[in-house]
Amino acid sequence: MAYLDHAATTPMLPEAAEAVAAALLDTGNPSSLHAAGRKARRAVEESRERVAAAIGARPYEVVFTGGGTESDNLAVKGIYWARRAADPRRRRVLASAVEHHAVVDSVEWLVRHEGAEVSWLPVDRHGRVHPDTLRAALDDAGPDTVAMVSVMWANNEVGTVQPVAALAAVAAEHGVPFHTDAVQAVGVLPVDVAVAGVDALTLTGHKLGGPVGAGALVLGRDVDCAPLLHGGGQEREVRSGTVNTAAIVGLAVATETAVSARQETVARVSALRDELVAGVLAAVPDAVLSGDPVDRLPGNAHFAFPGCEGDSLLMLLDARGVECSTGSACSAGVAQPSHVLVAMGLDPEHARGSLRFSLGHSSCRADVAALLDALPGAVERSRRAVLAAGGARGGPVR
Amino acid sequence: MRVLAAVSGGVDSAVAMARAVDAGHDVTAVHLALARNPASTRTGARGCCTLEDARDARRAADVVGVPFYVWDLADRFHTDVVEDFVAEYAAGRTPNPCLRCNEKIKFEAVLDRALALGFDAVVTGHHARLEDGVLRRSVDPAKDQSYVLAVLTRDQLARAMFPLGGSTKAEVRAEAAARGLSVADKPDSHDVCFVADGDTRGFLRRALGDRPGTLVDAESGAEVGRHDGAYGFTIGQRRGLGLDRPGGAPRYVLSIEPVAGTVTVGPGSLLDVGAVTGSRPVWTAGSPPAESFRCLAQLRAHARAVPAVATVGAGEVEVRLHEPVRGVATGQAVVLYDDDVVLGSATVAGTVPAGAPAAVPAGVEPAGAGTIGP
Repeated sequence: MAYLDHAATTPMLPEAAEAVAAALLDTGNPSSLHAAGRKARRAVEESRERVAAAIGARPYEVVFTGGGTESDNLAVKGIYWARRAADPRRRRVLASAVEHHAVVDSVEWLVRHEGAEVSWLPVDRHGRVHPDTLRAALDDAGPDTVAMVSVMWANNEVGTVQPVAALAAVAAEHGVPFHTDAVQAVGVLPVDVAVAGVDALTLTGHKLGGPVGAGALVLGRDVDCAPLLHGGGQEREVRSGTVNTAAIVGLAVATETAVSARQETVARVSALRDELVAGVLAAVPDAVLSGDPVDRLPGNAHFAFPGCEGDSLLMLLDARGVECSTGSACSAGVAQPSHVLVAMGLDPEHARGSLRFSLGHSSCRADVAALLDALPGAVERSRRAVLAAGGARGGPVR
Repeated sequence: MRVLAAVSGGVDSAVAMARAVDAGHDVTAVHLALARNPASTRTGARGCCTLEDARDARRAADVVGVPFYVWDLADRFHTDVVEDFVAEYAAGRTPNPCLRCNEKIKFEAVLDRALALGFDAVVTGHHARLEDGVLRRSVDPAKDQSYVLAVLTRDQLARAMFPLGGSTKAEVRAEAAARGLSVADKPDSHDVCFVADGDTRGFLRRALGDRPGTLVDAESGAEVGRHDGAYGFTIGQRRGLGLDRPGGAPRYVLSIEPVAGTVTVGPGSLLDVGAVTGSRPVWTAGSPPAESFRCLAQLRAHARAVPAVATVGAGEVEVRLHEPVRGVATGQAVVLYDDDVVLGSATVAGTVPAGAPAAVPAGVEPAGAGTIGP
């Protein structure tokens, strides 16, 4: 099996799995006052320190959550609510047009239900937000009316890395809190909260070798954020709910391990990725690499295959044991043209013929070889299927 | 063979998929996403309960142990089935969208795509028998679906597999339960799948808007009422006309003239049809059995087939019915059988009232022994 979908989820690191398994057998609610509770609390606080140290944050800033989607929801809605409560003029959210749905849909929900207004920050053809674009949007809207800015650290589909520090500096100049979804970045890019100057940062365990169900919102000490979950007041009164000790221990071990091995992993993975890109372009000469050619995630290779359907390519590769993604999935499994690719200016037909191959810490040359072996036949058959459908996928044939 | 199983999330297609695996085929399951709702959000409802059906289909594929994908054919379905359905009603005809879906979606869009992708056949859970290109009724007469498959050409049938035709629905449900398929007791689907609330008239009104017209009595020629749209009526309809008077003879819709919006009503006796003209005939064996032949003709899903004589013309077929059939609308399919074997089908383009003079075709050859029942 050639697993080329590490951006969806990456295998757990053995040391993280062992730490989770051991912690699962330790009884104790970190909120309890007795010895068992104190032991669990100690495990959580040590994990908080380890996560903070790995990403240049202070322990107090790390709010553990159930994962990336929850962290994004908490940052977007919580900061919006808190900022609007402090000044009712602050109703505008600025977010990039290529955000993950956890941000996009949170913003759209605020627009529909909470009187928010949104400005989607346009991107260039590589999917990059320019600091000048943010500056213009802030000046245009008037900084007094902006509740928050959200721009992801690196894009999950096309892998483009955003100039986060420069963007955060622009937001800071205007006195507006800046959130970044760094789910794809931590462990593979030099993510340092203090250096980047961001006010809030989303990370999650299962993208870097930890368990699913544990993540964090790194929230600056002075950033007000209204809670989504009310209850026992755990996690700085921002995220109530019994703290998931075992998963958090696994998150901490994985984050620490991934960050400390980062340079070695990145060198290996990016070399493999370059091999994959060169091989794909040799096998399918008219394939087009999407995203920033240089400033991209080391494990990401995203292609448009002209005349193909991404979902039939995926199926044909799956049948050959090669696992990848069209980059955008929804609950029914029906592929929609990716909003990321559309924002980058690709036409919807082009977007439909796209596939994402993403490598990670366990990837090897055999994975790339398996892809390159299966790809030409799959592309040929997929093209035939498009022609059989009359050229335009799903279009009328009459 | 590499076989694509079209799984709806219902019990029939799940068992058909499992039988294809048992038969030794390399099976891949696809669920067809057919409904589209432009107002829906990315993950929102897709018309009629499709997300739940997709989940059921996925679970069935898990249990059977085959890969599962969703194919989005919503645009094709909208163009070829939904818009056709609306246009047919607007033209005063009565379409059968299930038949149209088999013809244009399952055994055209899906089959063509499957073949291009390297599959050899498409398997579905239809209740009909198919062996060596011969399409026959299911052994379960109540569930027989040969009527809605009769529109398939010989080439389409050559790439189709219907593993359920030899089983009753009860046997299929029992087998599903024995196989651990949770859809074993899922209720059968009914009605038009894309009219989620079952209100076809309301659906057509939303699509076509008000198109007022008159109700005219066939015998007197007098206007007896007004309506908001001729598409709200079907041939043979009695209820909802507002014309029944105590002691009076019941009135039925006899004909629909869509341009002027005139709906003609009259006594039931005028509904009896003695012959139909079918356009676009499809011959299951590739060609008709003879220029003129005896057969059984069925004019609606689940209607009784009646003895008939079919005469093949240029691009059409005349079917003279030996027993009058009441309430035949244009747009319906006339399916011709030899006993339980499908010979072909055509779309009803015109009807001749029973008792009207019709030319008796000469030299009628029986399509097969015992064709015509008592």
